[in-house]
Amino acid sequence: MDVVVGQLFTGLSIGSILLLAALGLSLTFGQMGVINMAHGEFIMAGSYTAYVVQQVVSTGGASLFISLIVGFLVGGAMGVLLEVTLIQRMYHRPLDTLLVTFGVGLVLQQLARDIFGAPAVNVVSPGWLSGGVEILGAVVPKTRIFILVLAIICVVALSFALKTTPMGRRIRAVVQNRDLAETSGISSRKTDISTFFIGSGLAGVAGVALTLIGSTSSTVGQSYLIDAFLVVVVGGLGQIKGAVIAAFALGTINSFIEYSTTASIAKVIVFVLIVIFLQARPQGLFAVKTRSLV
Amino acid sequence: MPALPSSKFATRALVAPAALAMVGLALTACGSKASDTASGDGGTAAESCVDTSGDTIKVGSLNSLSGTMAISEVTVRDSIALAVEEINAAGGVNGKQIEVVAEDGASEPTIFAEKAEKLISSDCVAAVFGGWTSSSRKAMLPVFEDNDALLYYPVQYEGLEASDNIFYTGATTNQQIIPALDYLKEQGVTSLYLVGSDYVFPQTANREIKAYAEANGIEIKGEDYTPLGSTDFSTIVNKVRSADADAVFNTLNGDSNVAFFREYTNAGLNAADMPVISVSIAEEEVAGIGAQNIAGQLTAWNYYQTVDTPENNKFVADYKAKYGADKPTSDPMEAAYTSVYLWKNTVEKADSFAVSDIQAAADGVSFAAPEGEVVINGDNHHISKTARIGEIRPDGLIYTIWESPAPIEPDPFLETYDWAADLN
Repeated sequence: MDVVVGQLFTGLSIGSILLLAALGLSLTFGQMGVINMAHGEFIMAGSYTAYVVQQVVSTGGASLFISLIVGFLVGGAMGVLLEVTLIQRMYHRPLDTLLVTFGVGLVLQQLARDIFGAPAVNVVSPGWLSGGVEILGAVVPKTRIFILVLAIICVVALSFALKTTPMGRRIRAVVQNRDLAETSGISSRKTDISTFFIGSGLAGVAGVALTLIGSTSSTVGQSYLIDAFLVVVVGGLGQIKGAVIAAFALGTINSFIEYSTTASIAKVIVFVLIVIFLQARPQGLFAVKTRSLV
Repeated sequence: MPALPSSKFATRALVAPAALAMVGLALTACGSKASDTASGDGGTAAESCVDTSGDTIKVGSLNSLSGTMAISEVTVRDSIALAVEEINAAGGVNGKQIEVVAEDGASEPTIFAEKAEKLISSDCVAAVFGGWTSSSRKAMLPVFEDNDALLYYPVQYEGLEASDNIFYTGATTNQQIIPALDYLKEQGVTSLYLVGSDYVFPQTANREIKAYAEANGIEIKGEDYTPLGSTDFSTIVNKVRSADADAVFNTLNGDSNVAFFREYTNAGLNAADMPVISVSIAEEEVAGIGAQNIAGQLTAWNYYQTVDTPENNKFVADYKAKYGADKPTSDPMEAAYTSVYLWKNTVEKADSFAVSDIQAAADGVSFAAPEGEVVINGDNHHISKTARIGEIRPDGLIYTIWESPAPIEPDPFLETYDWAADLN
C-alpha cells in the first residue's frame, strides 16, 4: 500500500517538475511555433538567479520567494532579448529557429561556466522545506509538495491570464490567425514579445524550483529540455490542458515502471509508449483549433 | 548570379583546411627530422626520438582542458605543474631541467589518442602524465604500447588491467573498494544497496562487490543504475528506503550525486540509520552537493586534504600558495603529483631516460608521498597505497576515520581473493 501511495506521489511530483519545465515551452513552441532550444538555458538562468539572490539576501524562505519573482523577470528578459534580436527575423522558418537557439543555448552554457565555474553550486533550501511528510505510510519530501503547489499556481495563473486579460485575448487571437488579428488592430509584434516574456519567465520559475531538488550547474536545463518537448507534443501543441495531463501521466507511468524495473529501462519504455501514442494521435491529446489556412 | 559568390566561397572553404593540413604535415616532418633516429613511420614500435643531449628533458601532460571533464582534469594538470616546478628548483632530473608540453584531451577519448601520438612522435617526450576517464585510458593504451612509450595514469579505476607501458598511480579496486567493504563488514553491515551510474566503472565495481558479498555473507538488497547526468532519484530513494539495507554503496558520478543526496536527506534518511559510502566524491564536489546534505556520510579514497603528514602539509600549502587558498586538493591530484616524483626517482635509479631502462628499474622505487610512502610494483606497474575511509564533516572537508595499518600491495586482477576467480 505505502509503495503504491509513495510511487503515486513520486509520479505526481515528477509530473509537476515536467509541467513547470514545459509550461513556458507550451506557449512559445505550441502557440507560436518557435522551436526554442535555449529554453533549457532559461531554466538554467532561473537556477543561477536563485543562487545569486541567496548570496545577496542570505538563506531562508525570503530568498526563495524573491528568487521566484526575480527568476521570472530574468527568464522573461532573456526571452525578450532573444526574440527581439534573433527569433523575430525567422518566424516562418521553424528549422532555422531550432539551429539558432541551439547555438544560443551553447553560448549561454559556456557563459554560465565562465561566470560561476564548472562545478555545481549549492543553493540551500529553506529550513521549513527540509525533511518529509508522512502520508499513508509513505514519506513525501516537503520540497516536492512545494513544487507541486507551485506548478498548480503557475497553471492557474497562466490560464487565467490567457482567458480573461486583454493581453491573453490578444495572444490567442494572434495564435488563431495572425493576419486577421493584425487587420483588427492588434500589434502582433507587441503580442509576440509579451508571449515570449511570459513563456521564458515560466522557464526561470522552473529553474528556481529545480534548485530545491537537483544540482545547480550549467547543464541543468539540458536534462529537462527533451522531457519538456515531449510533454508539449504529447499534450497537443499550444494546449495547457494537454500539457497538464501529459506531464502527470508521463510522471506517473515513469515512476511505476521505474519501481518495477530500472531507471534506464523506464526511460526506454516511456519513449516507446510515446512513439506508439503519437502513431495513433499525431496531433497529441488535444489539437488547437486555428482559423489560419495552413 | 548567386552561384558565383557561393562557389567562390566554397573554393575558399576548401583551400583553407588544405593549407592548414599542409602546414601541419610540414611541421610533423620537421619534428621527425629533428630526431635523427626516427625511422620513417608506421605502426610498429618506432625508435624513440627522445632528445637527451641538451640541458632539458621534455615530458608531456595530457588532460582535458576543455569539455565536460575539464573541471576535474585541470586540477590534475596544475598539480603536475607544481611537482615539475619543485623538481626543477631542486636541480631537475639527472641534472636536466624538466620542460612540460601540455596538451588538451578535450574530454574525448579519440583526441586523447591523437594527442598522445603527437606527444610521443613529434614532441618526443620522455613520459606522459595524464588521463582520467577509463575510456580515455583505454583509447591511449594501444598508442603507448605501439610506440613503446610511458604513460603515468593518476586516477582510481575498475582494475582488471595491466600494461608495461602504463604506470597506474591511482588506486585499483583492492586498494579502495575492497577495503571499503572490509570496513563495512567490520562495522556489522550485513546488507547493502548498490546505486551507480550506468557505465563501465560502476558496472564493473558492482560485479566485484556482489562477488565479495556472496563470499562474505552480505546480502545485496537491490542494485540500481541511472543514466549519466540523471537528476530524478525519487523512485530509487523510495526503493532504498523500503529495502531497509544496512548501508548504501554509491558509485554515481558527477551531478547525479547532488540530486541523490538531496533526495536522500529530504526523504528522512541519514548517515546514522543508513550510511552511504561513495567512491567518487572528492573535496571539490562536496560544496556543490551542500555539506549539510552529505555531512556524516562516508567516502573511500587513499588521500584527503586533511591527511596529517609533513609531506601533505607542505603539498597543501604549496598548492594553495600557487593556485589560491580556496582550492582544495584531492586524491587524483595527489596521485598525479606523486607520479612525477616516481618517474624522477625511477630515472635516477636507472640513470637513463630510456623506456626499457625505466621499466627494468621500476620495481621497488619509492616516494614519500603526501598520502604516505608508496612503492612501485614492477610486475603490474601499480603502486602500493594506504586505503582510507573518510567521513564528510559540515566544514566540507573529509576526515580519515579508518586507515589500513600499512600500504596495500596492488592486485589489479584480484588474484589473491578466492571469490574473485570468476571475474576475469
